Amino acid sequence: MSRARLVAILAALAILIAAPYWLPGTYYVNIATQILIYAIFALGMDLLLGYGGLVSLGHAGLFGVASYAIAVVLAAGWGHAAAIMLALIVTVATTAVFALMSLRATGIGFLMITLALGQILWGLAYRWISVTNGDNGLNISSRPAPFGIDLNGASAFYYAVLVVFGLVFAAMALFVASPFGASLRGTRDQPRRMDALGYHVWMIRFCACLFSGLLTAIAGILFVYYNQFISPQALALTASAEVVLMVIAGGAGTLLGPVVGAALVVIMKNVVSAYIARWNFMLGAIFVAIVILMPEGLVPGTVRFARWARKTLAGPVPRVATDPEPGR
Amino acid sequence: MTALSVRGLEKSFGGLRVTREVNLEVAPGERRLIIGPNGAGKTTLFNLITGELRPDGGSILLFDRDLTRDTSRRRAHLGMSRTYQIITLFPRDTLLRNVTMSLLGLHRMRWNPLVRLDAQHQLIEQARSALDRVGLGHLAARPLSETSYGERRRVEIAMALAQNPKVLLLDEPFAGLSVEERREVQKLLADIPRDVTIVMIEHDMDVALGFAERISVMHFGEVIVEGTRAEVVANPRTREIYLGE
Repeated sequence: MSRARLVAILAALAILIAAPYWLPGTYYVNIATQILIYAIFALGMDLLLGYGGLVSLGHAGLFGVASYAIAVVLAAGWGHAAAIMLALIVTVATTAVFALMSLRATGIGFLMITLALGQILWGLAYRWISVTNGDNGLNISSRPAPFGIDLNGASAFYYAVLVVFGLVFAAMALFVASPFGASLRGTRDQPRRMDALGYHVWMIRFCACLFSGLLTAIAGILFVYYNQFISPQALALTASAEVVLMVIAGGAGTLLGPVVGAALVVIMKNVVSAYIARWNFMLGAIFVAIVILMPEGLVPGTVRFARWARKTLAGPVPRVATDPEPGR
Repeated sequence: MTALSVRGLEKSFGGLRVTREVNLEVAPGERRLIIGPNGAGKTTLFNLITGELRPDGGSILLFDRDLTRDTSRRRAHLGMSRTYQIITLFPRDTLLRNVTMSLLGLHRMRWNPLVRLDAQHQLIEQARSALDRVGLGHLAARPLSETSYGERRRVEIAMALAQNPKVLLLDEPFAGLSVEERREVQKLLADIPRDVTIVMIEHDMDVALGFAERISVMHFGEVIVEGTRAEVVANPRTREIYLGE
């Protein structure tokens, strides 16, 4: 790791750890918590979209499965640990079923199948009233207290989410640099070639779906504990589209892109909307500007711009006279 | 024992029969050339042999093992490797990473999500020596997008050779190369040891005829002439169909 990168990581870590102290109030600490939760969700989507080349419009359904699983299991009188374990298992199992059906196709076909499956889960959340309480949603009465630490305060919950986010981010960083991560990128770029080289393209994509589902489940669990409430709105198509937007806006196939994209969307929704009634229009305009000016996303686009600026400021490279007949 | 045996291979796309009862027996270590005019079914034959297409009939054997029903990836694990007529590489990666991907395809480590690929020094050294073999070792760290067409052709061959294949299928390896590049690739192919059996499709008769020991001429999905260079060139059907006489 280069020295500059290490300094950047330490600086980012310091800013994140100190956030409850430098942010102006509890409201903004909660916004930061939301950003981290959606960043985990976006990282899960990025795994499929950015690294696997598979665009899913059903991930909000998986997010909702994890949230509802927590709410239902807690309502049945189980403890938090059991509820979390069960939510993870149920969501990954649902992802497996989703993947078995949707990986029969790629491209638009994959997108349409995931959209349909996501809509089925959304419909279930609305109509399976005996379990989900329909439109009214489900409340949970408490947050877990790991090692006796009370997570009811905004700052305490922020730190808990930050720890989980750090672990997820590290796991993603390891995954994308691993042989399996390289295999997944290979299936995105040259699936036919990968098959001829001896890779099991379908199985690689299936495993990637499961890992993506796991990250989505973690985000869904944190979300329901953050809001202490879950309703069908969290499973809607717009929620799936929003996370796709986060990944594309920040930079698909990068680690930092989904985090920046999540921050952009959450801040637009929660902060800018307080000042501008038509914040949706603003978000749309920003997205269009990103697509036009930095089609690769904010993070890779900024890196490209910085390189260009550095080169421009450095001026033209002086020409060095070369011997036309070297060696003579 | 034959290295590669194709028996009565049939394939149709709708009403169009693209291979008709194709038979091919390639001996171990042999250099076989497949020629024929455009649309003769040569690349389709390669796609059938490597498992990218499923045949409608017939069988394919690799060292007497029937792999007609095996998948493309299984055939790679059994010792079959290929290059493509249209270069098919990983454009966002370096040359070294392209060849590493080829090695990784046959390595159990490809499933491992818990180690860094860059830290797999043995694998990377193997990839580097495969690049050295095709004369591209000095460009290992260069992104593929910054290389010439000829260099990419050689990367394709390096990737195929890196897998230590028993049978190597080369689909027009000289296509689009300059005279100098052709000479380099020609030398590279001549240096491949005899334990690798080579089947090659090529249009450039000057380089291909010099390389091949036996030649199969395809026309409208059929092998119409087969034999040594002298036999094929002397055959009136070859001259009529392919050499335009």
